[in-house]
Amino acid sequence: MTVIYMDNAATSWPKPAEVSAAMIKTMEEAGGNAGRGGHRFAVAAGEILYQVRETVAAFFGSDDPFRVTFTANATESINLILKGYLKQGDHVLVSPLEHNAVMRPLQFLSQQNIQWSVLPAGKDGRINPDLIEPTIRQNTRLFVICHESNVNGVIQPLHEISEIAHSYQIPVLADCSQSAGSIPIAIDSEGIDFLAFTGHKSLLGPVGTGGIVWGNHVDVNQIFPLKQGGTGSASDRYVQPDFLPDKFESGTLNTVGLAGLKAGIDWINRNQQNQVYLKKGELFREFLNEIRSIRRVHVFCAEKIENQGFVFSLTIDGIDNGFAAQWLDEEKGILSRVGLHCAPLAHRFLHSFPAGTIRFAASPFTTSQDFEACIEAVKILAENTTTLH
Amino acid sequence: MKEFVLLVYTSSHAIGIEKKLKNLGVPCKLSSIPRNLSSDCGICVRFDETGLKTVEDLVKTLPFDIQEIVALES
Repeated sequence: MTVIYMDNAATSWPKPAEVSAAMIKTMEEAGGNAGRGGHRFAVAAGEILYQVRETVAAFFGSDDPFRVTFTANATESINLILKGYLKQGDHVLVSPLEHNAVMRPLQFLSQQNIQWSVLPAGKDGRINPDLIEPTIRQNTRLFVICHESNVNGVIQPLHEISEIAHSYQIPVLADCSQSAGSIPIAIDSEGIDFLAFTGHKSLLGPVGTGGIVWGNHVDVNQIFPLKQGGTGSASDRYVQPDFLPDKFESGTLNTVGLAGLKAGIDWINRNQQNQVYLKKGELFREFLNEIRSIRRVHVFCAEKIENQGFVFSLTIDGIDNGFAAQWLDEEKGILSRVGLHCAPLAHRFLHSFPAGTIRFAASPFTTSQDFEACIEAVKILAENTTTLH
Repeated sequence: MKEFVLLVYTSSHAIGIEKKLKNLGVPCKLSSIPRNLSSDCGICVRFDETGLKTVEDLVKTLPFDIQEIVALES
């Protein structure tokens, strides 16, 4: 049975062949530890990391490769910013569709009297910029916005939100876990101060890669590093360096994985102009419309199609989500994602808590045949809810 | 010909500077830091006097500080 992988919001699969090739090449030809020593392998590893910084910075419209900080994933990036920037007594405004990568650190920080509240939004969780201002408090010090929801694919109006936040001198942290690589993002024009990304989703890189792009106006002296340790620099001192990129990058970096991330981004850059890649958007919209037309199926997606990313989820009347997802896998080879998607806040807002939903997420490698197979399978499930039990 | 090293605070900066200098046509290379100049475990950029003016001009435009430019004893 052919596998139809529709769990790209968890991690993308397959990766371009260039990703694993770059990783193997790095292991074989640049096996040193970047920044530690001056022999050719160490320098080669350092040069690879610099190229990745350049690639990531350019991809997000930044002109300074050193304002890219590498982490293991978006969760680490978000933890770094929340714990390094917020202070006792601060208040944070979040979107209603935040992932636990945001909510759990915020809940942890509530012990330090750091409070959070949810921004006003429409039924699909898309923030209404007209209603933001009354929610800003005297001690509001940060907006956290999940750029593209990992539950219903809603894309937030980042630019409008940032304009309001900045008029109160409040910075914006954008969680671009889903959107990076899927939607064009220019850090400055979107008004993002802290851009958190992961490498293994729409950027098509391997797991264990991610980072932060710091907006040009962010004073990194105001951010405490999440970890301290060896950087290969200022080695005669016990004090953590205060310059980028070393300030936030203690410990050996994942050079092999980051080389793979660069290959993934290079693939996207090469294929963005490619008709097949662009076609994904049209195909996905048709797919979504078809699924929405199936009786007994409830789709969780953006109210307006122009605000929709490449993720949505659904439930089917009269059938358990877990059973449906297992049937899709075992009978049709369709790999979907069932549950709360680590986003209980989003599911509560969308009234799908605690049962959650079944999520479908496409990638550039999803074909029209894959979409058709999913539509047919969901139709069978919806039409046979009693007999399939 | 007189040789110099550009000392920076981190290897990442050395790699970035070397790339910029090569793009500007300045002959240079990355090398281990002479131990009498720094206790860091990284690398520096080595160049000769033909590139000195370009290096000094470039340094003024960088978004980060360098340590210093040191003439190597021949």
